[in-house]
This record gives sequence, structure tokens and C-alpha cells, in this order.
Amino acid sequence: MGDFFTVELLTAVLRTATPLLFAALGGLLSERSGVMNIALEGFMLLGAFTAVAGTYYLHDPFLGLLCGALAAAAGAAIHAVWCISLRADQIVAGIALNLLGAGIPIFLMQRLWEQAGRTPSVEKLPMIASGVSILVPVAFLLVPVVWYLLERTKPGLRIQAAGEHPQAAESVGIRVSGYRYACVIASGVLAGIGGAFLSIGDLSLFTRDMTQGRGFIALAAVIFGNWNPLGTLAATLLFAGAQAFQVQAQAAGVGISADLLLALPYLLTLIAITGLVRHSRPPAGLGRHPTVD
Amino acid sequence: MSAVADRPRTNSSGWLRHLGLTVVSSAGAVAVALLLGALVILASGQDPVTAYRALLSGAFGDRRSIAETLVAAAPYVLGGLAFAVAFRAGLFNIGIEGQIVIGGLAAGLIGAADLGLPPVLFLPLALLVAALAGGLWGAIPGVLKSLSGAHEVITTIMLNYLAFRLLTYVLTKTESWLPVNPQLQATEPVQPAARLPILLERTRLHAGVIVAVLAALALWFLLYRTTWGYRLRTVGYSRGAAAFAGFSWGRVVTGAMFVSGVLGGLAGAGETLGLHGRQISAPQGYGFTAIAVGLVGRNHPIGVVLSGFLFGVLRSGATKMQNTAGTSKELVLVLQGVIILSVAAFASAGRLRAWWARRAQARQAPLGEATTIGVEPGSTPPV
Amino acid sequence: MPRAMTVSDDAAPLAVEMRGIVKRFPGVVANDGVNLAVRRGEIHALLGENGAGKTTLMNILFGLYHQDAGEIRIEGRPVRFQSPRDAVQAGLGMVHQHFMLVDRFTVTENVILGFEGTGTLRLDRDAAERRVGELAESFGLRVDPRARVEDLPVGMQQRVEILRALYQGSRILILDEPTALLTPQEVEELYQTLERLRAAGGTIIFITHKLREVAAISDRVTVIRRGKTVGTRVTAETTPSELAELMVGREVSLRVDRPPAHPGEPVLAVENLVVRGRGGVPAVNDVSFSVRRGEIVGLCGVEGNGQTELVEALAGLRAPESGRVMLKGRDLTGADPRTLRRAGLAYIPEDRHHRGLVLPFSLTENVLLGTSEDPPFSRWGCIDYGAAEETCERLMREFDVRAPSPDVPAAALSGGNQQKLIIARELLREPDVLLAVQPTRGLDVGAIEFVHRELIEQRERGRGVFLVSFDLDEILDLSDRILVIYQGRIVGEFVSGQVSRTEIGLRMGGRGGDERGGGQAAD
Repeated sequence: MGDFFTVELLTAVLRTATPLLFAALGGLLSERSGVMNIALEGFMLLGAFTAVAGTYYLHDPFLGLLCGALAAAAGAAIHAVWCISLRADQIVAGIALNLLGAGIPIFLMQRLWEQAGRTPSVEKLPMIASGVSILVPVAFLLVPVVWYLLERTKPGLRIQAAGEHPQAAESVGIRVSGYRYACVIASGVLAGIGGAFLSIGDLSLFTRDMTQGRGFIALAAVIFGNWNPLGTLAATLLFAGAQAFQVQAQAAGVGISADLLLALPYLLTLIAITGLVRHSRPPAGLGRHPTVD
Repeated sequence: MSAVADRPRTNSSGWLRHLGLTVVSSAGAVAVALLLGALVILASGQDPVTAYRALLSGAFGDRRSIAETLVAAAPYVLGGLAFAVAFRAGLFNIGIEGQIVIGGLAAGLIGAADLGLPPVLFLPLALLVAALAGGLWGAIPGVLKSLSGAHEVITTIMLNYLAFRLLTYVLTKTESWLPVNPQLQATEPVQPAARLPILLERTRLHAGVIVAVLAALALWFLLYRTTWGYRLRTVGYSRGAAAFAGFSWGRVVTGAMFVSGVLGGLAGAGETLGLHGRQISAPQGYGFTAIAVGLVGRNHPIGVVLSGFLFGVLRSGATKMQNTAGTSKELVLVLQGVIILSVAAFASAGRLRAWWARRAQARQAPLGEATTIGVEPGSTPPV
Repeated sequence: MPRAMTVSDDAAPLAVEMRGIVKRFPGVVANDGVNLAVRRGEIHALLGENGAGKTTLMNILFGLYHQDAGEIRIEGRPVRFQSPRDAVQAGLGMVHQHFMLVDRFTVTENVILGFEGTGTLRLDRDAAERRVGELAESFGLRVDPRARVEDLPVGMQQRVEILRALYQGSRILILDEPTALLTPQEVEELYQTLERLRAAGGTIIFITHKLREVAAISDRVTVIRRGKTVGTRVTAETTPSELAELMVGREVSLRVDRPPAHPGEPVLAVENLVVRGRGGVPAVNDVSFSVRRGEIVGLCGVEGNGQTELVEALAGLRAPESGRVMLKGRDLTGADPRTLRRAGLAYIPEDRHHRGLVLPFSLTENVLLGTSEDPPFSRWGCIDYGAAEETCERLMREFDVRAPSPDVPAAALSGGNQQKLIIARELLREPDVLLAVQPTRGLDVGAIEFVHRELIEQRERGRGVFLVSFDLDEILDLSDRILVIYQGRIVGEFVSGQVSRTEIGLRMGGRGGDERGGGQAAD
């Protein structure tokens, strides 16, 4: 089965990596601008559900995708208001948004279709190849885009300054909160698209808790990738690879511990953040405000 | 984070007043959330009064529903205490879900073992094993933090998922040497001698609720009557003052996380030894609600008991609300999110006010306030 | 785009004029009618003790604070800045004491941040690096535009701050204590840079408290004392003694009634102590002294000369590198705070809010800080809060701590009452040695008197008092013996009453006696 196994594995890796990559790039932007974001899971769920609802009522998966992105952006805007303007605790706000992201879709699902487990099926986004949604290449193209934005543009320099040393950024007249708002909302858009990939890119419906912790794996990828787009891509591929390989290996009856492979992202992140493997370095101004309070 | 915390009290009249303040300010946050919830119900075309009435009657309507409310409250209280003790030491523990899983699993494995012990020994042993397992699991982020400064929020998230994976692994792959049933994805049933006894006949109300209340009292004593608690609270408020007093930060942080894990482990044990009679595979999500319980209870043991009870009411009443008023019980999840947001907003409102006041003062201080000449303020005024 | 400093031979027109500047903070007047006139193309030193109001004045000039009264003119035009960006646009640049640099950015990225130029969104790093490199070269500022700031030594980082100001088009450069963190070689290079900038027509305001620096670099000097301008001199026409007198003042302050001392045997002896500061540099270098029973030994010096590290080593908060600390003849070098406290040391820390007190704790709980493990408050791991509360009430009565009850949080108390509580708590143990650091900082007159009386009372009871203060008056009023610390070394020891303020001022500024040249990291 040699070649077939490889192609299938590759497709599986790409499909598994895509939603993680969207969410991770979003999380990366938010954290590089200095706002902690543990709410990616909630944003993904909002995006996944609203994409289905939008497609259902507007009869167009692309409009549905737009709806999903906007809904998650709205969630992210709440996170931004709490974290940036109200200076509320960023972890507390993130936890609240995760609960909202888990609750609102099911609440609405019940309201719209009177069922709490799953939505009706809707039209999917187009495929570019067997089992490969059009969103897959988009996700991978976003990696150089985000990299270019951060490393090669003027706004990118300011985003980094906001995340590294907000006081210094303010001292040269940069409006730190403006850049942070933009980045947090962008994180919502991207995580929402990642969620929409699950619901209308891969499947064609929304089921409750369908992200199954992918938002947290995405956060782990950001940390394991050392807050850097290319590192995050590598971490995402590693995590997705482990997961896809586990599925394939199980199907092929290869004797390898599935549980260990599935635990890999968390284990590696734990090791990375404790500095046992190499120097892990979050943005220096993460969670700090430009003025002392 | 400390802004959410409240001033602890020392004497009895003091903590009574403190309790009053806690209730009033947290009640504000809950009221805001319920009001928003009512708007949501209204917007979805239903009658909020009917819905909330159904919720209340679902929680208190009869003997059985009161019992269910207490059954639901028990893990919330224990989880909320787990959050609170870490918070008092200045730590944000969101790993309670993992602690519950580990504690529950340990309780399930020891409880299903045929040890031939009488209940008077077996049950305490099972609780002890669960508490220790949860405590050791909980101490990991504390150790990592004191050794390498790793942020406990990230490490506890990762440990949650590791706990889930470990649970799946044990329940599905270890039947050769552990009392588990891979078909059911659960441990074998807990021996009767290790079960938490039922308190009220023909209900599911088990002694886990007593464990929760005793744990709250014990934690109160630990925090506000012992030198250990004093050290912990000092570290939580001020690392500088803790150093001044000669307290070891790393030891206190690890100890606080251990106790947090013990409480989380007991929450899991209550579910396993009381409610389900075995450890089941699906995490129940109590651990995340526990954060809301802790925050609404202002991270004071007594406050946590009250707020855990409130969340128990929401949970047990939600089903009836859904059945009779047609309002989805997931509204409760949404309400939890809104409650946390309003608690956070309430907390930052005070801080923001203080910040604006200082800012205004620094920019243009009122005339005639000056008494001393020639001394710059001790610290740089806010810019 | 970068505007180079214009060359001007005419020294007469004023670059900066500040007239009658008043700035009040709650409880203090930081600037009380300050005048400052800086000529174009000169290096103008702003000299004063800590707390004299120099930094406040410069923060006003740079738009960080707004003055309550007074007028500012830049190059003849009246200005009122809303923000630092306004000040930058008017041609001012500031080199902060704590650099405003992003560690992970390159030199170029830091220099252009916020002023990346208009046009495309693309950041043309190569072009920017060229521009920054050329600018640096034109002012002789040797620095690699591609280097990461975190990899640069402190002196080089400061150069980046100067370069940034130049890039932003500054014609008037403010440097706030620029030598505080530099090595002697780096100080020398800074002087050369400043001279080149002056030669190019730039105006420089140089904030310092070191007399030697005034003499070494400035053309003119304005001295500020207690928020007021006391004079402006041409540097070449003045002497260090005159400046020292201007800086510390001559007037006799309210004398504290202090009977003659009858010192006994030494209770605290420090021998050849070396303590490393941040960055591993010895901040305390071979310090030896002793404190006897019944005497107050005052340590004076300008802030940042190793006092913090010395105090932390004595209090058990920082392990000394070498040397010995003896308490009542017992070697307690490197002992932890609890051991030291039990051995008879009491410590009144400089930072009431972050070290001396736990602000959200009640007064009772604060009384327990440091003694929560000891009898009579602790038994079998439990705390007897009843006993603590009784003690707290007694202390509040005895030390006149004004608070409604022992139950209110320490945060609710005024600074004076907070300090009284700390002193009361520290004296509760009947200590043999009292280590008091800046014990009156930020207090009002009444509270200062109380603290001073209490320190003398402790001396009368046969305790050894080691007083560390940046306030020379306080040292002179209270001490029986005076030690002067400069750059981590004791550079003078005097018996009270046998030394002039001027002499001490010279030593504090690094002049006279066995002073060593150059600056060093002692923060």
C-alpha cells in the first residue's frame, strides 16, 4: 500500500493542520501585539456554527464563511474591549469567551432547528482536490502573509513594538491600543475561519463541541513555535502529523501508542515552556498595559 | 488578577461584614448576567419570567430537585475552592478539570479494587488516594513555576489535555492489570464499601456535599487561622513583603497548587464514589465552571460555598427550564460566560476609576494641597 | 526625515527658556518657580540632589507632565506640549534614565520606530539601515545598525537613544542622569559624543548630581535645590565647593533635640563586604564599618551608589559575594531574614508599599509580618489572631497610629500612619540593631518628627541604629557618625559636628578624599 498510504497521510495532515493553522496564526497576531488569547477555542466554535447558519439561510457557503468570520470577530471584539479598554484580566476574559463560544451555538441551534446535537447539513465550500478544501491552500498561504506583515511592513514593526514594550511604543507616539484592537479582532476572524473549515470545509454541518480543544492545540502551536509564524507552522504540522499518523496507523494496524501521539502537542508544549528543550520567549509586553496602573 | 480578590478578614465580626460585601458585589455581577439572559430569552421569542420560574422550580420545586441541586453544587464548591486557594497565592489555576479527572480516576481505580476493607476504612482510603493523586497532579504546575517561571495558565491548559489523554488510555488499554472496562470506557463499578453513602432516600444526594462543606471549612481554617495560610496569602498579595518576612516563594506556590489539586481531586472523587459509582470517560466540564464559581465567590471559602450553590441551582434548574419553558439549557453556559465577564468588568471598574483619578491628579494637581517642599513623590507618578 | 543639527556660531539666542515653573503633586511641590535658560549650542548641566526637582522639570519640558504655572519657550516661541510627540516635533529629544528601547529590535528598528516615513506599507530595512548608518557616522556614533539592542552593552544602548533623537530631528537633547549606568570608559565616550553634537550646533541639557561631571562636560550649570533655582554659573568660573554649597544649601534646618551619645560595644559589624548588583557588577565593594550600641550611624550618598544592595545584604534579602556580617558577635553572613530577625535585627524598609506592608492585609495581619511563625502569635502552626489584634491595638495606642480599628486594611492609612505601624512592629521584638532605610520618605512634617524622635529614643535605649538616607539634612540631624558611600565604597567617615556640609557634599559627588574616578553600574 506504500504510495497510497503516503498520499492519504499527506492529505490527512493538511486537513488536520488547516483549522489549527488558521487559529494559531490568529493567536499569534494577538499575542505578538501583547494581548493574551486563550479564547481561540471559543472563537472557533462561534465561527464554525455561524458559518453553517449563514450557509443555511443565505444558500452560499462563501457568505456562510463570511458570517462565521464576522461572528468570531464580534466575539474577539468583546475580548478586546475587556482586555484593552477595560483592562480586565485577560485570562478571565478568555475563559468567559470560551464559555460563550461553547454555549451560544448550542443555544441558537436549539432555537433555530430545535436540536441540540447537530445542525442540518448544508452546502460545503468547494474542494480543489479529493478531500482538500479550498481553505487548505489559503491557510498555508497565510503563513508567509502573516510573516511578511510582521517582519517586513511598518504596521508589523509597530505591532511588535506594542507587544514587546508598550511604553516605548507610546513614547514615540504609537497608539498601542489601536494596533492591539486590530490584532485581537484579526485573531477572531482567523480562528472563526478555522472553525468554519471544520463545519463547512471538511464536514457540512456543525456538531456541539466540534472543535474538541483545537483552539488550545493552536495556542500550544503558537507557544511551541516560539511566537513566530514559521515556527508555528512547523509546530502545527508536527501536531497535525502526529494526529493524522495516529489515525492512519490505527487503520493500518501499526502498533504504536495512539494515546502518546495524541498527547504529543501538550507534552511538547509543556517541555518547551519550561525551557527544558530550548529558549522559549513570549513577547515581553504580553499582558502589559502601555501605562502603569 | 489580584483586583478580583478581596480583603480577607481576621475576626469574626469582620468576616461577617466581609461576607455581606462579597454577596452584594457578586450579586451585582450575577444580576447583570441574569438580566442579559432575560434579554436573550426575550430576543429568542420566549417569556423570561416563565423561563426563570421554571428554572427555580426545577432547582427547588420538590425534594428530588433540591437533592439534585445539592448534587450539582458539590463538585462546583470543591472545584471553586481549588481555584480559590491557588488564586489566594497569586496563581491562576485553570487546570481544575484535569485535577478532577485524575482524582476521579484514582478514586475509581482504588474503589473498584477488591480490597475487602470495611466502609469505615475503604471510603476514607479511596478519598485519600484521590486527594493525593489530584494533589500531586496539581503540584506539577507549581513546581514548574517555581523552577522555571513557566506560566501556570499555559501549563495547566496542557496538563488538562494530558489528563484527558491519560484517562482515555487507562480506560481503554489497561484492562489486563487495572479494574477497567474498555467496552464501557469506564472503570469497573466501585465497591459498595467505597461508595459515598446516599443521604436522602430515593434521590441521588450523596455524602459528597458533606465533603464539600467540610473542605470549605477546612480551607477557611487553613487560610485564615494557620501560619501556612498566612504565608500563602502574603505571597499572593506581595512577593516583596513575603521576601521581607523570609517566606520561600517557590515552596508556598507549590504548596498552594498541591492543596488546589487535593480539592480538585476530591471533586472528582465525589463524582466517582458518589454520583456515578465508577469513573466514566467524558469530562464533565466542572473544572471550567469552577473558575466562575471561584471568581463569583470572591475566592473566599464561604463565598465559594454560596456561589457553588448558585451554580448548582442554575445547572439543576436548566433541565426543567428547557422542558417546560422551551428555553435551551445551554443558556446556563452563556450565563456563566456573561457572569464572568461582568465580574471582570466590576473588578476593573474600580481599578480604572483609581487609575483615572491618579492620572488626573498627576496631570493637574489641585492648588493648595501641597504641604512639603522639595521632595519628589516616592515613586514616579503615572505618565 | 532626519534633520541634522544646524551649525550655529551664535551662542547668544536661547534654545530653551523655562520661567517660573511650578508643579505640584499631591502633598508636595516638586517645582516651585524654577527658572532655566539654556543657550543654543551649549552643554548645560542641571545639578541638584535627588528629589530636588530636576527630573520633574525635564518631564514638563518634554510634555510628559503639564506645569501648574510658568512659561516655556523653545527657540523663542512659547509652547505648551500635550505629549512627547509634540515636544519631538518642536525639536526636543530625550534620553531617558531607563531606556525606552525594544530589546529584541535591531538598532535601526528602534531608531525609526514611530517615524518610519510615509508612503508604502513596506518597511525598507536596507534603506533604513543605510540612513541610520550614515546618520550615526556623521555624528561619529559608532554603532552597528543591524545589531540587536539586547546584545549591546549599556553604553551602546544609550547611543541608540541619542541616535534616535537625532533621527527624529532633535536640536535640543535632554539627558537624564546619563552616566548612572555607564562604565568609566563609556562615560568618556559619551562626553566625546556630546562634544561632537555641540560642535554641530546642538544644544544639550545634562541632568546630574555629580560635581565631577559638571566640571568635565558642561559650559554652564544651573543648580536646583528643593524645587527652586538657586543659581546659574559659567562652569569655568565656579568651583566644586561653590556648587556643592549651592546644591546642599547652607541654612540650618530644624534641629532635633539630641543629647550626646554614649556608645557601647559594637552590635553590628560589617567586614570587607562585597555584594553584586544586577548584571553581576559589584555594587558594594569592600565595605567595612560597625554600629555600636547607643549610636546612630548615618549612611549618606546619592541614590544608586550601592545603598540598596548593602541594605538588602544586611537584611538577608541578597546573598553577599564575600565579606562578613556580624550581629552581636555572631557571624550571620548570608542568613535569611527570619534568622536575622530572631537574632535581633529590625528592618524598616525603604518601600513601605511593596516590602514593609501587605496593603490589602488588615493592620493586625501586618503586625504579624515577619513574626507570624514565632510565639506569642503562633502555636502548633496556628496563628492566634486574638493575641495579634490585642498587640496591634496596643501598638496603635503607643505609637499613635490613627485608624478606626485594627481591622482596616493598611492601604487605607496615610503614609505617616503606615510608617508608624511598621516602626511599631519592628520595635516589638526589642531588637538590638535597627536598620532604617529612608524612614521618612514621602512623609509629612509631623510624621517626620515622630520618626526622628523614635530613632533617637531607640539610641537612648542602647540600640544600634543604622540609618540610610538620601536626605543629607536627615543624616546630619540624627547621626552620631556619618559614612559617605560613593560607587559602592565608603569614601568618608566623619564624626557628627566635625564636618561641613560642603565636605560631605563633595564626597557624595565623588570629589575629595580617597575618591576614585569614573562611574560604574550601581543601580
